[in-house]
Amino acid sequence: MLPAEILTSLFPAGHQVTEEGGLLAGTGRLDGQTTVDVVGITGKTYPGVDEALTLAGRILDIAARPAPAPLLFLVDSGSQRMSRRDELMGLSETLAHLAKALWQAERAGHRTIGLLYGGSAAGAFIATALACGELVALPGAWPEVMDLPSMARVTKLSVDVLKEKAATTPVFAPGLDNLFATGAIAEIWDPAQPLSDQLKAVLARPATGDERARWGLDRGGRQKAAAIAREVEQLALAHG
Amino acid sequence: MTSPTAAAPHAPLPADPHRSWYEESARGRLSHLLDAGSFSEFLGPQRRELSPHLALFNLPRQFDDGIVVGAGALAGKPVLVAAQEGRFMGGAIGEVHGAKLTGLLHAARQMKRDVVILFDTGGVRLQEANAGELAISEIIRATVQARAAGVRVVGLLGGRAGCYGGGSLIAGCCSALVISEQGRLSVSGPEVIETNKGVEEFDSKDRALVWRTMGGKHRYLIGGVDLFVADTVAAFRAGALAALDRPPTLDQAVLAAEQARLERRLARFGDTADGTEVWARLGVNQPTDVPDMDLDDFLTIANRQREGADAAR
Repeated sequence: MLPAEILTSLFPAGHQVTEEGGLLAGTGRLDGQTTVDVVGITGKTYPGVDEALTLAGRILDIAARPAPAPLLFLVDSGSQRMSRRDELMGLSETLAHLAKALWQAERAGHRTIGLLYGGSAAGAFIATALACGELVALPGAWPEVMDLPSMARVTKLSVDVLKEKAATTPVFAPGLDNLFATGAIAEIWDPAQPLSDQLKAVLARPATGDERARWGLDRGGRQKAAAIAREVEQLALAHG
Repeated sequence: MTSPTAAAPHAPLPADPHRSWYEESARGRLSHLLDAGSFSEFLGPQRRELSPHLALFNLPRQFDDGIVVGAGALAGKPVLVAAQEGRFMGGAIGEVHGAKLTGLLHAARQMKRDVVILFDTGGVRLQEANAGELAISEIIRATVQARAAGVRVVGLLGGRAGCYGGGSLIAGCCSALVISEQGRLSVSGPEVIETNKGVEEFDSKDRALVWRTMGGKHRYLIGGVDLFVADTVAAFRAGALAALDRPPTLDQAVLAAEQARLERRLARFGDTADGTEVWARLGVNQPTDVPDMDLDDFLTIANRQREGADAAR
């Protein structure tokens, strides 16, 4: 789906979301009562220090508002921008800052819902979609840590061999189904149904803690993470 | 739940505070960082919690999956610790490795116990990329939740693998960071930038360029880290203690201050092309001398001219 179609389906009562420099900002009306704050990264934009700071600034402004409206983060990005200047300026700090800003909004009472409708990768994925309280996706979304040709270079295995291995496990290969199986994504929406209803259903559920390790276990994509984390936690608590 | 594993045995400490932090293993660093005999490991190598994914790639596995987590004491103060092993797969974060750190941070929040993370990582372990990526996101969430509960999460940056990729984003969520000249902190590593953007953008063989762009001195000068220490085990111990004196606070005011700090950095230096230009603009008289300066000379100049983070992180 295109961003314009997504926004229309999300906000039948209208929206004022605008795009500038690959970033989205504005509000949408879910119904007569509920206004949703919208931020986003669109058009496969690679976020660097400038984009990450702009997004974080908007999110912190939203977090500071007294009446906590839901915050929807639309994501169709590349990986983090890979450049000498971005690293010179401290991209790790700005991306971490963006993730912290999202968490602060959530802590201040805003539901933070990520909607992955296109690509996202590597550090950009961690600081945007994965830093939301809940992440949903549309079919056709393409999250990845690293593309298979790059992975082939690093692992010194051919793309064909990697594809063959990817058929046996969701743990390393790119794509929505694989990330869903490892627990990254709460649910995949149906583009044939109004997105507004699907967003309302998410908002009607109480927010939960971080359930992703359990989903990874239930879906068979990450069979050890939940138990290992729980055991270390228990050992530390028992040690005192 | 199984019973806690016994404390890992330590070799008697060779009383050499000048040992290189960079050259040490994860276990060696912990043994020098913590009070003698205070360390207890959780899920240690005797449990053999191996990566369930590396066998698919016919790669060797390690009994601790490249991270040591446990409890110990620093100058008598109890802390939780995690040390990444850069000599195993570049300290890369996989499913088990990441889950050990997540669990430790969950406990820290409940215990209100400070955490020290000894970073040494290239980021996500590609052979289990999706699990590693999610683990990093879970670690970040657990870190900020711990900080919100008043827990300090201190990062030490001086390992041989540097602190790259998702590891650098975890570091960016710590309450305070300590770095040595050898420490490198960056999202995309030199080889990744060169592979994607070409050697004209970044020549990964140019080690001086690497240090000027992501090395410890540059990070200290721009306020990306809080303390700069010598590459010795004693200096990192002293640095960790000093970092634990800094506040854990993470709230709207701290993040607004960080926003202002990072915006000011871009306004002040955003048009520069090289570390030396940044340092010149900071008022360093001979910026090209910075890489060769010894610790005392560097700190004298840096502490006068640098941008501080002032707990805005």
